[in-house]
Amino acid sequence: MIKTLTKSLGLAAVAAMACGLTNSSVHAAEGGTHHIEHQNWSYGGLLGHYDKDQLQRGFRVYKDVCSACHGLKRVYFRNLVEPGGPEFPEESVKALAAEWPNQITDGPNDEGAMFQRPARLSDPILGPYKNDNEARAAQNGALPPDLSLITRARNTHNEARWPLHTLLMARDVFTGYQEGGSNYVYGLLVGYHDTPPDFALADGMNYNTVFPGNQIAMPNVLDGGPVDYADGQENYNGPAASHEQNARDVTAFLAWASDPSLNERKQIGWVVILYLVLTTMLLYFGKRRLWAKFH
Amino acid sequence: MSSHESNYQPTSRFGKWLEERLPVGGLMYGQFIEFPTPRNLNYWWTFGGILMLCLAAQLVTGIVLAMHYQASAAEAFNSVDHIRRNVNYGYMIQAMHAVGASMFFVAVYTHIFRGLYYGSYKAPREILWILGVFIFLAMMATAFMGYALPWGQMSFWGVTVITNLFSSLDSIIPGVGTAVVEWLWGGYSVSGTTLNRFFSLHYLLPFVIVGLVALHVWALHVVGQNNPAGLDIKTKSDSVPMYPYAVAKDVVGMFAFLILFAWFVFFMPDYLGHSDNFTEANPMVTPPHIVPEWYFLPFYAILRAIPSKLGGVVAMFGSIVVLLFVPWLDTARVRSAKYRPIFKWFFWLFVFTCLALGYLGALPAEEPYVTYAQIFTTYYFAFFLIIMPIVGIIETPKKLPGSITEDVLGPGAGKGAGAAVAASPEAR
Repeated sequence: MIKTLTKSLGLAAVAAMACGLTNSSVHAAEGGTHHIEHQNWSYGGLLGHYDKDQLQRGFRVYKDVCSACHGLKRVYFRNLVEPGGPEFPEESVKALAAEWPNQITDGPNDEGAMFQRPARLSDPILGPYKNDNEARAAQNGALPPDLSLITRARNTHNEARWPLHTLLMARDVFTGYQEGGSNYVYGLLVGYHDTPPDFALADGMNYNTVFPGNQIAMPNVLDGGPVDYADGQENYNGPAASHEQNARDVTAFLAWASDPSLNERKQIGWVVILYLVLTTMLLYFGKRRLWAKFH
Repeated sequence: MSSHESNYQPTSRFGKWLEERLPVGGLMYGQFIEFPTPRNLNYWWTFGGILMLCLAAQLVTGIVLAMHYQASAAEAFNSVDHIRRNVNYGYMIQAMHAVGASMFFVAVYTHIFRGLYYGSYKAPREILWILGVFIFLAMMATAFMGYALPWGQMSFWGVTVITNLFSSLDSIIPGVGTAVVEWLWGGYSVSGTTLNRFFSLHYLLPFVIVGLVALHVWALHVVGQNNPAGLDIKTKSDSVPMYPYAVAKDVVGMFAFLILFAWFVFFMPDYLGHSDNFTEANPMVTPPHIVPEWYFLPFYAILRAIPSKLGGVVAMFGSIVVLLFVPWLDTARVRSAKYRPIFKWFFWLFVFTCLALGYLGALPAEEPYVTYAQIFTTYYFAFFLIIMPIVGIIETPKKLPGSITEDVLGPGAGKGAGAAVAASPEAR
């Protein structure tokens, strides 16, 4: 028992050491050589959960900026109302759906024709393009990906050498941190810089330190923080708009879009872990008592 | 079924009636209640039960997932996403199944290393061990095909790379490899047809595993369990009845293991997988690095360590096939590495080698990693083919305890007190 305890303390110490390590130098984009900073997210870690206000701000950024090119086809308008998400009032989401510019193709109607109709709560949040070919035709050959799963479909790559590599993995496992995808998306949104003089940038492309290959078709759309949160609200006391704040909020919103059950999952997780730890202890002491006469 | 006779006495009238017609009660009572287990087993022996739990969990979650999953190239990715978003607790069931596969391999690797350390493959347990290797192979096939089902980028390209390995047969007889690969694919490329047959086989193979596990447990109950001392049960005081003693210990192991399981399911369900699998399969776009799931990485490293394609494939399959011959490759007189001062060091070096190969399997196939992988691959095979036969002959084992009872209570014990206690387990 003592031996096991010392062992686990040792492991914990190793994990703690790893936590203290600065790691901005070790998370780099796959294929690129530039660093992606490790960020703190309200939903990262064992106690993490989404910040409703941040998700609401992030949705505004998505609606005002991203949705011009990117769809969110796996997310439904009704999800914006559900608990654990932005939790907008139902009436305002109904109005939002009805006014959403990218309408739903429905049908066939009684005459056998397909028709366009405004979205309802039960409809997906569509982007402006009907298919990938239309998107490429409109975007000079580039394809703006659907963002429904973007933070889960991207990750940062742990490029540290052994044994630091293993220690960083241990740190992530002990602290329940799997937010590499958010770090990547945020890093990309703030990763636009002046093109270095020796870099051959193709026509219509932009220089980005995080994007693999460092040239990206998407322009620096959040430059200067275009989404003013206070706009039209008298008693607004949230964060002021800035490039970083817009990027951070929309990343959080997209993380929710990718993983909408996170709040519930982590809550249930604590109950399950607590139950398992207590039961394991009870079973262990029961076993010791049962076996006492054999030692 | 076993050397152990049952003292089962049905108490109810129905029990007596049934026992005369189908003695299943007596069988279960003899094999899972009274069955003598060595009294010196440590917690590494709880992984057999843990693996049963893993198999049961995969079956239950898998059957539920199959109720919502659609095995078609057009809908597979969407249906898995639908399960996570819209099916009640679907996110939890899907995470349990995906994390469950990883946990299954954590447990099976622990179980295999335990068997190697304590010599659980040595006579009379050769068949028991070989059945275990077959279970491991069936698990690998099941996991590989299961990983294809979400039809993400890594699913698609993983299947493409691994099935393509068979085309290396073309270098022996031209045309055969290509024919085999097209037969596996059901076409000229990985497609929805491939996905459908993988789904069918992914649903079938777990039941083959159940059958193999039944044989594995049968063989175990014929020869009895090995134990840390590597001694046979000789007297009554050497063993305790399976229920309640071994069962009480097994459930501690199972619940402790479930803590690890739940940690990943609830706090980091994506951590053990690859982010590329959240992008739908696209035959036109190859991911920058194609890597298998973590539990296949050591074998992937061996595959890539050999410069020739056919050689790599032979080495990869050989690394598992060699396990079948372990009972005859080990020449030692004693079973347990606890009493083998030289072999012990080689064993731990082997464990390190497997971890190192896993680490290298995740890295790109470039220098210096390829050289490292070649060194570790050499040791992997040398451990079985050279070290096991030679060390067994030249090594002088340490003195073994006189009996399992002495292993627990110290020299000289077992004649008096221990025997009396075990004879009347109720007495305190």
